[in-house]
Amino acid sequence: MNRETRVNLLLLVLLLAVPFVADALGQTFTVTLVTRIAILALAAVGLNIALGLGGLVSFGHAAFFGIGGYAAGILASHAMSGEPMLFGFEGSAQMPVIWIVAMLAAGLVSLAIGVISLRTSGVYFIMITLAFAQMVYYFAISWPAYGGEDGLSITLRNGFPGLNTMRPTEFFLVCFGVLAVALVLSALLSASRFGAALQAARQNEVRLASIGIAPMPIRLTAFVLSAMITAVAGALYADLNRFVSPSMLSWHMSGELIVLVILGGTGRLMGPVAGAALFVLLEFWLGGITERWQFFLGLILLVTVLFARGGVIGLFAGKERHG
Amino acid sequence: MLLDVHDIQTFYGGSQALFGVHLKMDEGEVVALMGRNGMGKSTTIKSICNLTPPKAGRISFGGQPTDRQPPHKVARLGIGLVPEGRRCFPNLTVYENLVAAARPGRWTLERVNDLFPRLAERRDQLARSLSGGEQQMLAVGRALMTNPRLLILDEATEGLAPVIRLDIWRAIRALKADGLSILVVDKTLSELLPVADRCVVLENGRNAWEGRPDALTAELQDRYLGV
Repeated sequence: MNRETRVNLLLLVLLLAVPFVADALGQTFTVTLVTRIAILALAAVGLNIALGLGGLVSFGHAAFFGIGGYAAGILASHAMSGEPMLFGFEGSAQMPVIWIVAMLAAGLVSLAIGVISLRTSGVYFIMITLAFAQMVYYFAISWPAYGGEDGLSITLRNGFPGLNTMRPTEFFLVCFGVLAVALVLSALLSASRFGAALQAARQNEVRLASIGIAPMPIRLTAFVLSAMITAVAGALYADLNRFVSPSMLSWHMSGELIVLVILGGTGRLMGPVAGAALFVLLEFWLGGITERWQFFLGLILLVTVLFARGGVIGLFAGKERHG
Repeated sequence: MLLDVHDIQTFYGGSQALFGVHLKMDEGEVVALMGRNGMGKSTTIKSICNLTPPKAGRISFGGQPTDRQPPHKVARLGIGLVPEGRRCFPNLTVYENLVAAARPGRWTLERVNDLFPRLAERRDQLARSLSGGEQQMLAVGRALMTNPRLLILDEATEGLAPVIRLDIWRAIRALKADGLSILVVDKTLSELLPVADRCVVLENGRNAWEGRPDALTAELQDRYLGV
């Protein structure tokens, strides 16, 4: 077992153990904090596929995060009111159904966004993904049926078969389970032939074409997969807060997701988890000391980008195998 | 005919590099593309692969015209390029470099590993950590994994240690014996001439001479290739 695997396992064990210890000590707030870490990590695992492996700096992943959130909010509100929605669908308060809807919706939207924005690269790609995300954001704001600017409350956290999701530790387990599945998926993906081609496309597009592989379909697939994972995180985030608002769709959120990936270690399997953990803990501790905690976050990010390109994972597990 | 390059003219922006180059290759043939630096060898290769599409003239491969096809489509017709300067994917492992390129056919990972046993030893190393010669072997192996009908080697032995050069040339001879068509650009005439069936010499972006390697006299070599 190499060092990175050991660091990764340690992180996962910590993430899994802390909520239960905290719960036993009666510190429910800590459970919520760790749940938040797991959910943001999941969103970043999604982004990491596009950004880390594919080199696609998407500044619009908040759109998919928010679409997931709204999928949870809208389906739950219809299930609550009993009012049928599109095609007579009654809504649902079951997480698995919500996740599937979230993935389908984000998949379709990301397919459309990807087909257009992947024709560009570099700074244009960043700007065009931002522009699309802003379109979704303003759409949500101006759509009064689901709260518009005020957002949408989820009265009762959506359920998961066999678990009581209103209990913090059980809801945490759901989030942790989804995160674990996404991590396995992400590891399999990066080790696969598809993953090799995706990384090759990042390193040199022309060279990839000269061995007979078109970069576009590979990038598009990665972009859509990435969006779908982030959407599930969005649905869980809505359930965590029992509230969805357009702020989930805002460009701040997109930026935050990029920060998570870079802090943790771009392209590293557990980078998103480490990044999310650091981010949430800083937000909590520094936020308790000063209102201007983001200033210090900025400093840390600066130091990471300048001196520790491998992020937190790079610091503890050494140089990356993939770069 | 496998490859037919007819009267192509290629430009880099406003400056013209090729002024009507012709090149024909049959199946199983090894052709040496020669000429001094800057005479259009690499440009001809880039034109064949449509990396720098020609503005005039036509190219067909296996009877199919390649104009207006994106580079990956041309590659899929069966052209395996080993570009100048050992271009591997530096941050992928040897194994990943090879399998990413793979298309079904006679060339498999096992056969590439037989040809270059060093690649098998270095399977899980990053390409960027390989020596220059090993990277070149990897670049050749990667091109073979696409199961090409035509292998193009652009300066495949340039800047390599003499011992490694011998390995690469041994591989090239083995590929020729195997019946593969190869278009090769190289400066080591002592190795190149024995393996080539035909030589094509370019000068200032035009065909200057063409013939069998034994007809390329010392005088002609001095005239077209000397510095």
